[in-house]
Amino acid sequence: MKLVIVAGPPSSGKTAVIRQIIRGIPGMATAYLKIDVTRAFEVEELVQEFGIPAKVVYSGDLCPDHAGVMVLADALSWAKNEGADLLIVESAGLCLRCAPYTTQALGLVVLSATSGIHTPLKMGSMVALADIAVITRTDLVSQAEKEVFSEHVREVNPSLELIETNAVQGTGMRYLLREVEQFPAITDAGTIHLRGEPPLGVCTICIGKKEIGWQNHFGVVRTLDGADYLYRGD
Amino acid sequence: MPAPSNHSGMHCSTGHTISILPGRTRTGEHEPFDRIDIGPGDTISIVGPTGSGKSAFISDIEVFARGDTATGRTILVDGRLPDEAFVRDPAQKPVALITQNTRCLTDLTVRDFLAMHVRSRKIEKQGIIGETIALANEFTGEKITEEARMTALSGGQTRSLMVADAIMVSCAPLILLDEVENAGIFKDRVIDVLRLHHKALIFVTHDPLVALMSDRRIVMKNGGVAKVLEPNGSEVAALRSAKEMNVLLSRMRERIREGDLITGVA
Repeated sequence: MKLVIVAGPPSSGKTAVIRQIIRGIPGMATAYLKIDVTRAFEVEELVQEFGIPAKVVYSGDLCPDHAGVMVLADALSWAKNEGADLLIVESAGLCLRCAPYTTQALGLVVLSATSGIHTPLKMGSMVALADIAVITRTDLVSQAEKEVFSEHVREVNPSLELIETNAVQGTGMRYLLREVEQFPAITDAGTIHLRGEPPLGVCTICIGKKEIGWQNHFGVVRTLDGADYLYRGD
Repeated sequence: MPAPSNHSGMHCSTGHTISILPGRTRTGEHEPFDRIDIGPGDTISIVGPTGSGKSAFISDIEVFARGDTATGRTILVDGRLPDEAFVRDPAQKPVALITQNTRCLTDLTVRDFLAMHVRSRKIEKQGIIGETIALANEFTGEKITEEARMTALSGGQTRSLMVADAIMVSCAPLILLDEVENAGIFKDRVIDVLRLHHKALIFVTHDPLVALMSDRRIVMKNGGVAKVLEPNGSEVAALRSAKEMNVLLSRMRERIREGDLITGVA
């Protein structure tokens, strides 16, 4: 079984791209897992359209990428039991600190060309750690902006495969389908791990401290000016 | 109108010949042509009723279809399937598509917008920004200034600037215009200037003047090419009338805009 992990900001066209993958590789039995925070609508839509096994996980008190890592091992067993050749995991696409991509998985970042030319520079590891950037809605922006947008993606990650598409029509999709088809299957699910480095600081907000100001927090803290990070003992 | 100025675009490489190999209509019939070649300086209009496959035709060219789109057409560059980088790298891609939906979203001045594009293209040529704006101003009656903000330009100014940018900065040898005739640009001017620059131009159009000004006319029906017309001068009289009517209508348009009552045709 193959694993594809899709990230990208909300409303960038992730689900439209996933639809094109499912439609474009009909010979491959696909299972789909959506990880979101509060509400998601994709599962019903995809089940209705393709009749594939699909699940949604609401991250609730966990950050969505954290939730993704937690459930991924179970999700691989679930997809395998469903007889899938391909598991597509779609992240909520919120956090610009971490990225949900793992080893032995194809990491896709979906970016909308209409989101502004500086977007690729703001996306951090979501772009830096991906294998492929799919740029959607390229039919709506000028040639100049398209070129500058791609240039910025390359600035963040020069080895990234770039695919321009109007995902609703499916133009340019053939290159993405080829990458998915050629990507190797998981060799050893027991050794899959997150590609990026998780945050250094343990979050005191996560344990319920809501006061503002670094003086009220412990561990790795930050001030407005001066040093980058400070360590404040418990 | 002044004579077309001699914009150099000297850093641009020479044009390519793009060929279209036939596909199928919506009902599966083969398209009745062997191959359509488009070379530097060619002007082609795509005509046909709404839903006849005009936009799909230029979309095939834009994505360099190789039998993998709904129409089954294949696009060749200089007689062979193009290299992938040529198709996928926006800076190498020899085609610029401009539609009614195409927008500039970046909130910069015209000068900074063009400078950003010039930088990303690594073009060293001095004065290219001024030349691009001057060229754009040949396509529109509403003058574009360097200090204007991109987001404040009118539809006609935006489209004019995009065409000028595609010629001067992108160096695109083939420009696809999808129904931009109502967008407030001098379409006859665009055709003249693009010929002068040896650019190939494909217009999806419902406009008689544009259709008659083109060297060839591709007639679409039921998702496929029905005919390729080469008038070879046989439409000269019709073109002359269309130009005269265009002048008349332009003059009326200006007067209507000024708030005049139009009580005579002259």
